[in-house]
Amino acid sequence: MASSDAVLEVEHLTMRFGGLVAVGDLSFACRRGDITALIGPNGAGKTTVFNCITGFYRPTEGMISLRHPSGATHLLERLPGHAITWRAKVARTFQNIRLFSGMTVLENLLVAQHNPLMIASGFTLAGLLGLPGFRRAEKEAVEKAALWLEKTGLVDRADDPAGDLPYGAQRRLEIARAMCTDPILLCLDEPAAGLNPRESLELNDLLLSIRAEQGTSILLIEHDMSVVMEISDHVVVLDYGVKIADGVPAEVRSDPRVIAAYLGVEDEEVEEVEAEVGVEIPA
Amino acid sequence: MSAVHPTSVAPTSDAALTGGDVSAAGRRGVDLAGTLRSAVMAALLMFGLAVPILLLRTEQGPGGGLILIPRWNLVLVCCGLVFLARLAIGLLGGDQGLFSRARTRKATITVSADPAKQSGFRFAAVATPLFVGAAVAFPLIVYLLKGGLAESRYWIDLGILILTYVMLGWGLNIVVGLAGLLDLGYVAFYAVGAYSYALLSTTFGLSFWICLPLAGILAAFWGILLGFPVLRLRGDYLAIVTLAFGEIIRLVLINWVDVTGGGAGISSIPRVTFFGIPFTAGEEGFAARFGLEFNPMQRVVFLYYLILVLALITNLVTIRLRRLPIGRAWEALREDEIACRSLGINTTNTKLTAFAIGAMFGGFAGSFFATRQGFISPESFNFLESATILAIVVLGGMGSQVGVAVAAIAMVAGPELLRNLGFLRAVFGEGFDPNEYRLLLFGLAMVAMMVWRPRGLISVREPSVVFRERKSISGSLVKEGHG
Amino acid sequence: MEVFVQQLINGLTLGSIYGLIAIGYTMVFGIIGMVNFAHGDVFMLSAFIALIFFLILTTWLGISSVALALLVVMIVAMVLTSLWGWTVERLAYRPLRGSFRLAPLISAIGVSIFLSNFVQVAQGARNKPTPPMVPDVIPLFERNGYVVALSYKQIIIMVVTAVLLTAFWYVVQKTSLGRAQRACEQDRKMAALVGIDVDRTISLTFVMGAALAAVAGTMYLLYYGVVNFADGFVPGVKAFTAAVLGGIGSLPGAVIGGLIIGLIETMWSAYFSIEYKDVAAFSILAIVLTFMPSGILGRPEVEKV
Repeated sequence: MASSDAVLEVEHLTMRFGGLVAVGDLSFACRRGDITALIGPNGAGKTTVFNCITGFYRPTEGMISLRHPSGATHLLERLPGHAITWRAKVARTFQNIRLFSGMTVLENLLVAQHNPLMIASGFTLAGLLGLPGFRRAEKEAVEKAALWLEKTGLVDRADDPAGDLPYGAQRRLEIARAMCTDPILLCLDEPAAGLNPRESLELNDLLLSIRAEQGTSILLIEHDMSVVMEISDHVVVLDYGVKIADGVPAEVRSDPRVIAAYLGVEDEEVEEVEAEVGVEIPA
Repeated sequence: MSAVHPTSVAPTSDAALTGGDVSAAGRRGVDLAGTLRSAVMAALLMFGLAVPILLLRTEQGPGGGLILIPRWNLVLVCCGLVFLARLAIGLLGGDQGLFSRARTRKATITVSADPAKQSGFRFAAVATPLFVGAAVAFPLIVYLLKGGLAESRYWIDLGILILTYVMLGWGLNIVVGLAGLLDLGYVAFYAVGAYSYALLSTTFGLSFWICLPLAGILAAFWGILLGFPVLRLRGDYLAIVTLAFGEIIRLVLINWVDVTGGGAGISSIPRVTFFGIPFTAGEEGFAARFGLEFNPMQRVVFLYYLILVLALITNLVTIRLRRLPIGRAWEALREDEIACRSLGINTTNTKLTAFAIGAMFGGFAGSFFATRQGFISPESFNFLESATILAIVVLGGMGSQVGVAVAAIAMVAGPELLRNLGFLRAVFGEGFDPNEYRLLLFGLAMVAMMVWRPRGLISVREPSVVFRERKSISGSLVKEGHG
Repeated sequence: MEVFVQQLINGLTLGSIYGLIAIGYTMVFGIIGMVNFAHGDVFMLSAFIALIFFLILTTWLGISSVALALLVVMIVAMVLTSLWGWTVERLAYRPLRGSFRLAPLISAIGVSIFLSNFVQVAQGARNKPTPPMVPDVIPLFERNGYVVALSYKQIIIMVVTAVLLTAFWYVVQKTSLGRAQRACEQDRKMAALVGIDVDRTISLTFVMGAALAAVAGTMYLLYYGVVNFADGFVPGVKAFTAAVLGGIGSLPGAVIGGLIIGLIETMWSAYFSIEYKDVAAFSILAIVLTFMPSGILGRPEVEKV
């Protein structure tokens, strides 16, 4: 799928841990402006794919390329972890929320703007002297943070420590924090986990508005099918580290392999189904 | 077990093991028999601990071999004291100490309630100008109280010592308190600063004012050099490796006799000058130039204000840095290193700058130490110094500038008080030297303070930026760093 | 060659002592994840206890059999040092369990400072020499006028180490105490929920570590014939290095690490520079922690994202 409008292209990605193949020869693409969902049963290797994309793991094999609107292409598997966010503009959230819990909500959002602020502070020197350029930059940074506080409904909690927020608010703050890095691609690891149905709906709206207003493409891992089927344009299904389906939500939903993987049918049935659809799963 | 162990589980498992002795746990009020029993047990334990080490002192006998000298009185006094102490704890605080049958447990994690937060916060706001004022006026106050410069020498020297540790504490606070990197070898940078000044001034005749920044730069350089290998390490391992670095530097200073003078150290290091004017009695001296009567105390007072200014600079720079992106990145690093990486923060550079800037202040303090003493030797830079500085930072409450200052006063001035307890000689006999017990009590105090306030004196965190309303953050939410 | 063989023997002896101390570090780190900084000083204290009881037995009670005296001294030292180990854990570490992560480390440093200065105040700052014990040696071979010898002391040290390690290995592997220890190592909360008395298990771990340190202390006294209040720190650091080198949490690892550290120390002293032997020890510590933090037999730690 070498389409020119792909923002992220994962090609032949393989990740081995010792003898265990967590992800095997996976290829897929996310189109620019799409919300792509990566789904699959527990242990299917979804988070491993995320960790490869965002630089926490170095893939054993394969290529992950990210294309900017300007045409510049970044090969993510070659970049150091922090450069993936700063240079290639890929941001992520974590399955088990990782906020700076002892810092305030606003501080969390300012830490996310570290690199531009660092430059504005003349790598600390100008900031130490209190030069006006830095003050202006910091004011803008607070304004950007305020924008995201507004969008995520956290304005009233701006001065509270992040660790004091209720669970759903922490999830939203993590998304806001990721968005403060101005990403081209936002990777969300189970953003709806632990949310109640109302919060889930709000999350859908938030993600749709991010896509509409910021033009950020989104790649998300999710178990909550109401989120996946509702907002995603494209679904990739993993099982045992291998892609078993790839398409629009409606297609994927009716795919027998997906149903088999999720419902855990008898082995013979899987083989029957596989024979039917003609796939070969590596032993 | 208390903290990780849900309290609802504790009685059940204990009851199973102690044969259903739950009634004791449930009973409120003073259980006299139980307390007495615990106190007797504690005294017996003390006896067991004291038996060989305290009871029998080994001394060189007349024949050259060791002989044993029994000291029953000492042991009995100790056991009696332990008995009374345990009894007092039992009677005052309910039966929950050592050997308590009740086994009621306090949850160790106490989430501080809001009033405590607020008071801690106000304390910091009020204390800062108060401390600075007191520090500035200190020599004058001592002068007035003691009625003369020469008479106040001891107190001003003590002030200098305290301020040196305040500065070291603030320097280490950048590394440990802000960036959450546990450094047990901070004294190495103090040593680098001291030796830099000593060697540069004795070999090349450079003045203190040129050497001071050089010593800071050299120490920062060493901070980066020693920081590189430990970037990946966390927690206790980082502490131990930095301890090893501190010891390696000390051992090299001892053994590299050609350069460092070895264990004998470096003496006749040039004294500090008043920006080039020496504090001497002659024509060119400070007193003559300013039309004052010569007094050797002028140099000491100048040293006092010098270290005060150096310490305040450290403090101001740290406060500034906390509000800059680099300071926020340090704190974020302490909170969650992985999240930092996911936000595009170069954690390597961030850690190295913390090491470098912390080390730089240690280097400044070191060159001040060298010019003040006029003599340095490796023994001034042993592990105990590192432990003291770290204890100051942790006792102060990690990241709290005021807390560190208070802790430095307590840790440095406390042991000094012992010197003045000569009256104890009347109680314990002529051979008694309270100063011998200085380190012993220091060690005990470290343990006691950790048990009393594991999060330090001031455990609230002040936010570095405010959106609408300034609120302080309870220490229980603030993480202590991974490495 | 002859120097090498002699140093090999010396290194293994020294390594046995380090191994015994290292087990205390490894077990405590395994179960509560803290570096028991005071363990080296517990070792030093035990050497003093052994010294005093050795003097009691020989000068007061007039026991002439050194073997019997040593056996009694070792057992008494184990019992009394265990008491110290228990007390330290109970008073300085248990109240801090589950609290702020730095607190136990600072507390342990405090205990370390306290113990060494307690011994200094109680026993004086001078070196304490013992009367010579077990002076006999077995000459193995001679070449170029250099006699390679194995002393009875060295044999005793290695045999005692081997026997006690086997006994402790048995305890940890086969008894319910060992099972409880391993359960607490994995998950303390869960262990408590299934009815293991976690406090007691941790206390016993400290007691076992202190008892082995006491064996090491007795052997140290036997080997060097002198002890000083400041003798805890450097052997403590070396033993900790051994524990990490072997893979922290692993008992056989601690012994292997101890032997390696002992060998490196004696070889370094013989072939390079005796002044820098502690620099070598600290450098190895730094290198091991930095480049192979999981050691030889430890499980590598995987970074969880």
